[in-house]
Amino acid sequence: MKRTIRSFAVAVAAALTLSACGGSDTSTDSADGASDEPSSDGGTVAVAYDLGGRGDGGFNDLAYAGAAAAAEAQGAEVTEATAQETDTDQDRAARLELMAESGANPVVTVGYLYATALTEVAPKYPDTWFAIVDDATVDQPNVVGLTFAANEGSFLVGAVAALESETGSVGFIGGVDTELINEFEAGFVAGVEAADDSVEVSSSYLTQPPDFAGFNDPTRGLESANGLYDASADIVFAAAGGSNAGVFDAAESAGTKVIGVDSDQYETTEAPLNEVIISSMLKRVDVGVQTFIESVADGSVEAGERRFDLSTEGVGYSTSGDMLSEETISAVDALAEQVISGEITVPTTVG
Amino acid sequence: MSAGTLSGRLDALVRRVVSPPRLTSLALHLLAVGIALVFAVIVLAGILAAYGTAPSAVIEVVGEYALTPAGWVAMVNKGTTYYLAGLAAAIGFRMYLFNIGIDGQYRLGVFAAAVVGAAVGLPMVLQIPLLVLTACVVAGAWAAIAAHLKASRGVSEVISTIMLNAVATGVIAFLIAPERFGAAEEGSNNTQTALMNESGWMPAIHVPGLGEVYGFTVVAVLVGVLFWVVTERTRFGFEQRASGAAPRAALLGGTDPRRMVVLTMVASGVVAGLVGLPELLGATSHRYGISFPAGLAWVGLSIAIVGRNHPVGVALGALLWVFLERCALPLDLIGIPTEVVAVVQATVVLAVVTSYELVHGMSERSARRRAAAFARGRADTTEAPAETAAESPAEEHA
Repeated sequence: MKRTIRSFAVAVAAALTLSACGGSDTSTDSADGASDEPSSDGGTVAVAYDLGGRGDGGFNDLAYAGAAAAAEAQGAEVTEATAQETDTDQDRAARLELMAESGANPVVTVGYLYATALTEVAPKYPDTWFAIVDDATVDQPNVVGLTFAANEGSFLVGAVAALESETGSVGFIGGVDTELINEFEAGFVAGVEAADDSVEVSSSYLTQPPDFAGFNDPTRGLESANGLYDASADIVFAAAGGSNAGVFDAAESAGTKVIGVDSDQYETTEAPLNEVIISSMLKRVDVGVQTFIESVADGSVEAGERRFDLSTEGVGYSTSGDMLSEETISAVDALAEQVISGEITVPTTVG
Repeated sequence: MSAGTLSGRLDALVRRVVSPPRLTSLALHLLAVGIALVFAVIVLAGILAAYGTAPSAVIEVVGEYALTPAGWVAMVNKGTTYYLAGLAAAIGFRMYLFNIGIDGQYRLGVFAAAVVGAAVGLPMVLQIPLLVLTACVVAGAWAAIAAHLKASRGVSEVISTIMLNAVATGVIAFLIAPERFGAAEEGSNNTQTALMNESGWMPAIHVPGLGEVYGFTVVAVLVGVLFWVVTERTRFGFEQRASGAAPRAALLGGTDPRRMVVLTMVASGVVAGLVGLPELLGATSHRYGISFPAGLAWVGLSIAIVGRNHPVGVALGALLWVFLERCALPLDLIGIPTEVVAVVQATVVLAVVTSYELVHGMSERSARRRAAAFARGRADTTEAPAETAAESPAEEHA
């Protein structure tokens, strides 16, 4: 008891320092491509990241990739800022106001947590275009909601898992048990069922909100994956952001397979670890952000929800590494056609 | 030095770190905090220099952004939340209790208030007290679990409150599902409760030339006054300090330390229940959702240490914290990582502890010198060694 008390004052300070050291080194350099050109006539593109920020190896990085590509083409600069754990809606609003105030246009907000703040800020800057990723609730004449049919992409990798599984059992790992990730699970389960309804699916989430550690905790990813692999699953779809690295490690030791998420993780993961990644569910946040910035530049932008789905290749699945059989690919592509044509409607909620 | 004396010294150190200032040594306290701030500024300048940023550029950013009318309003509003978290922590510190459960207590409390606020629509004069009461009762009840475990089973509140935070997270995750108390909104991925009735939207205070300050800020100030009155001017406050400082002596004096543990922990929880209300009642969303801040227990404990458990000190600590965080916003945009601010905050906590030790050492040495001089004067008539005589006056400052 006393020992605990003793070390406490130091522990508070240490925890603060550690959390600082643990933070990713995000915003040190702005737009790699664009900053080479000193005359940035193309103006400034601002990106406000969700928790985790740039360097998360997923969602936020994809948004940056899209912004950087579009900015480079226009000779624009990219400025960035990252959300903090203790942020209130006022803090988020202050971040966006600061960006708009500094003359950035457009401003991209990454993640639905910015919705309330954006609703407040957007009317104050009617000449600035804003986009918000993963949300369609901000109804303003200068806001575009970039949403992705994650259920459709997950549906396809569900079919991949069912067709490639040898044990007849597959697994799903979600980073944090939010509605957004539930949609991945729902699509995956439906995909497994559509391809082979004898295959069983077990699901697990790493953390519950507001604990968002599940998106950035490889150790928990590893433990959870070990649990699924021990219980006879031989393929796991991991939609857990930075925690996916742990799932890859678990698959490598167990000799089993993984399906990655967001980006083509076979390409973004170091060899030989990437040999366990047979496919990735692609959620092209980069395409969404890039399309938005380009549409602002050429004046074709329209306010409202802009949904990226299978038909517009905003979501999909990857075949890098050539680990899928011909039969699987043709069967999955056939299912994709049925989704696009509307023959199959993929659910967005589980059960 | 033997292990026994070392542990004794460490205990004394911790007690000085978390014990409230006495008026007699107010100047020394101010000196300690002053030294800490100077040290923190030097560290900040060093880090920025390492990043290749001229400190003058930073001062410019701060002056143009943080210390502006809008900046002050934003800092007072966010500071209200931090102040309440700091007071909740300070209440626990009065008895050397570390309430790390502020986080879970505040979230359960504000969640319950949001649910009640959406379900009940009384007139505002009744509605707002009802919401405050709901948040306080739920958060206090949650803290009572840890209090009971501590008093009846001797379970360390540090362990139990950390675990209860995780349990609170799970309970809210279960209850906030759309089929229970949550409200799903078309096109939104946010997990949140339904919109509260408008009678629970607390009017803001319009400060001419500045902007809209949360109405709940007034409540927070009143809680600070109440904290001072209770701790400094009531029997409860005295008993609390007595049984925290010397449980056995307090027991002999007729105070049951276990009862004091329970009351203190519950009081800390009740104040923690207020932490989320400035945001729920005053901000624009008027719902509880996963966009609410997390990690406020650490913020509160740090602020209470920096503020030396005094309601005014805690207020200054809270303002310092939000000022630093406010500065992080423009610094982030000019490419300085926001983690710099966390480093500075940690440095402030360490520096306050260290400089307080320094100042304490100074006052102890001067007390010892005075005592020694006094003893020498008497040594002509008695054989009492100077050292023994020096012990008791020095202890008064511990």
